[in-house]
Amino acid sequence: MSSKMLYYILKRILLAILTIWIVITVTFFVMHAVPGGPFVGEKAISKEAQAALEAKYGLDKPLFEQYTTYLRDIVTKFDFGPSLKQRGRQVIDIIMDGMKTSAKLGLIAACLAAVTGIVLGAVAAIRRNTLLDKIIMVITTAFVSMPSFIMGSFLLIIFSVSLKWLPANGAMQGGLVLPVITLMLYPMSYITRLTRSSMLDVLGQDYIRTARAKGVSRWSIIFGHALKNSLIPVITYFGPMLAFIVTGSMVVEQIFAVPGIGRQFVSSITNRDYTMIMGTTIFLASLIVIMNLVSDLLYKVVDPRIEFE
Amino acid sequence: MFNANKPFSMHLNPDAFRPATEAEKEYISQMRPSSTFFKDGCKRLMKNKVATASLIIIIVVTLSSILLPLFWPYSYDAMLGVRPGKPADSSFNNLQPFTYGKTELKRIAAGEKVFPHIFGTDSHGRDYFIRVVYGTRISLAVGFFASIIVLIIGMTIGSIAGYFGGKVDIIIMRIVDMIYSLPDMLVIILLSVVLGRTLNVEGTIFAKIGSNVISMFIVFGLLYWVSMARLIRGQILSLREQEYVLSAQATGASGSWIIKKHLLPNCISVIIISTALQIPNAIFTESFLSFLGLGVNAPMPSLGSLASDALNGITSYTYRLVIPAVVICLIVLSLNLFGDGLRDAFDPKLNA
Repeated sequence: MSSKMLYYILKRILLAILTIWIVITVTFFVMHAVPGGPFVGEKAISKEAQAALEAKYGLDKPLFEQYTTYLRDIVTKFDFGPSLKQRGRQVIDIIMDGMKTSAKLGLIAACLAAVTGIVLGAVAAIRRNTLLDKIIMVITTAFVSMPSFIMGSFLLIIFSVSLKWLPANGAMQGGLVLPVITLMLYPMSYITRLTRSSMLDVLGQDYIRTARAKGVSRWSIIFGHALKNSLIPVITYFGPMLAFIVTGSMVVEQIFAVPGIGRQFVSSITNRDYTMIMGTTIFLASLIVIMNLVSDLLYKVVDPRIEFE
Repeated sequence: MFNANKPFSMHLNPDAFRPATEAEKEYISQMRPSSTFFKDGCKRLMKNKVATASLIIIIVVTLSSILLPLFWPYSYDAMLGVRPGKPADSSFNNLQPFTYGKTELKRIAAGEKVFPHIFGTDSHGRDYFIRVVYGTRISLAVGFFASIIVLIIGMTIGSIAGYFGGKVDIIIMRIVDMIYSLPDMLVIILLSVVLGRTLNVEGTIFAKIGSNVISMFIVFGLLYWVSMARLIRGQILSLREQEYVLSAQATGASGSWIIKKHLLPNCISVIIISTALQIPNAIFTESFLSFLGLGVNAPMPSLGSLASDALNGITSYTYRLVIPAVVICLIVLSLNLFGDGLRDAFDPKLNA
């Protein structure tokens, strides 16, 4: 590993940490800028009760002190404080609870999307300009133009309401099938298009022609030479794909009533559970930033031709 | 000018100053009318059948979303069953397409003509067709204006960074990097939660569309300009080394003049294309936020909130979900295809 590369990796890690710090800071101050505070609202409560509540959650202290405490608790104890609406529960416990389901959902969707996307893209590139290629491209274009909540609703109508093949409730047996399909279709289509164009690019390279001239078999060229190299741009998509799956899961979990973190997040927004909104935003944002970092570094490691700035 | 008979003479050849003959005039006259860059691009665009069809769809949808509410007998927020001074007539709620409420049936029986409810009514007895039309209008408006905001901010900052370079560039690009690495959707949700409750738009012209949409514009303006700025900076970086920029600088043109008159017009194709592709992106985000309940304020509909409302009655009123869903897909798909067509037509270099 060259020193240039080490410097680059260090720089990217520092940038990621800085980004996470910005997310925490922005989230904290923005949430505290909401007029009225978390306890003003539905029911009128007495001054004393409000003061007691604020003292309990530390809201009576100066804003900057609250901020440093919040930051310190996250960094040292990974503690996002107590939930305001689900009394007696810690935000981190609720997040971890939701993550069990959501991580399963997201990981299955991501793996399926990557595998099917790469296969479809490679097939489309190899069979370029045939009917098969055109069908694949039309379908993926349609999927890319469809917001995930529409995709989810259509799948719900077709497979749960009309055909009654799969349950509409994600908590039931086999209930995760439809949410997984909803989540994977967009990334799958994106990866298909990405793989196809990069595969076409690679297939036009000189070394492919050389291999062909040497008499290497067609499949050996595709698997040994072309596919490996055309997957490099796909790696860069892994970060954005995770970001998509995180935001997509909010909608999907809402539609199929999956008890995951996305649903928790949306309900915390409607409930005005401020600590929960802050905690979930910071947690998910850090996840995305770290995943972006990993996919970026992987990209540079895999392809030695890429220069380090 | 050069006198072939006397190569070393300093005298000019008088023949060179004679008026051109007809044959010479013919030689320099144009074979066909000259074509500008814009005309060429339009011609290529018109040849692309998919892009032309998409453009027609976009125009038809836009025009009907603007014009239809002008003469439609129902309005998007009028609950047809509610009459002042009388108990609410629930027969108007949840009408199937082309059916009528009680009082309307009486009027029809009396020989009066009643305008049909093409898509029926919703659970509050509001005409669903006009709600879809209004929703389309809101979604298109959000997409369009958000892209304009992104374009203006991105163009200004990107061209400043690209043209002036040096420290200005470094600072701007570091900020861009920072915003770029933020997870945009989460920040958008967070900001629209807060801004939607902080902004007070009562009594202004924005009151009707609500604080959520305004906060959406603000968020777009704050976050989405970065990719536009990056793109334009890259273009300007390569363009500013051209000779015509040097010549403009030599004749004393100011920086802003050179950016406005020389650099931006030369990257106009990139600007148009990325703006066109930004619109469906904004529509996506708007419908996503509306679906989560963070979009337009009720009773104003948007395609996303219509779909979200329809999810409750999905088993009995499936068409109420299908209609806005199909409209969103149609708009986004045709905008995407049109944007692709624009790219092919106006930027042959990009078309790899």
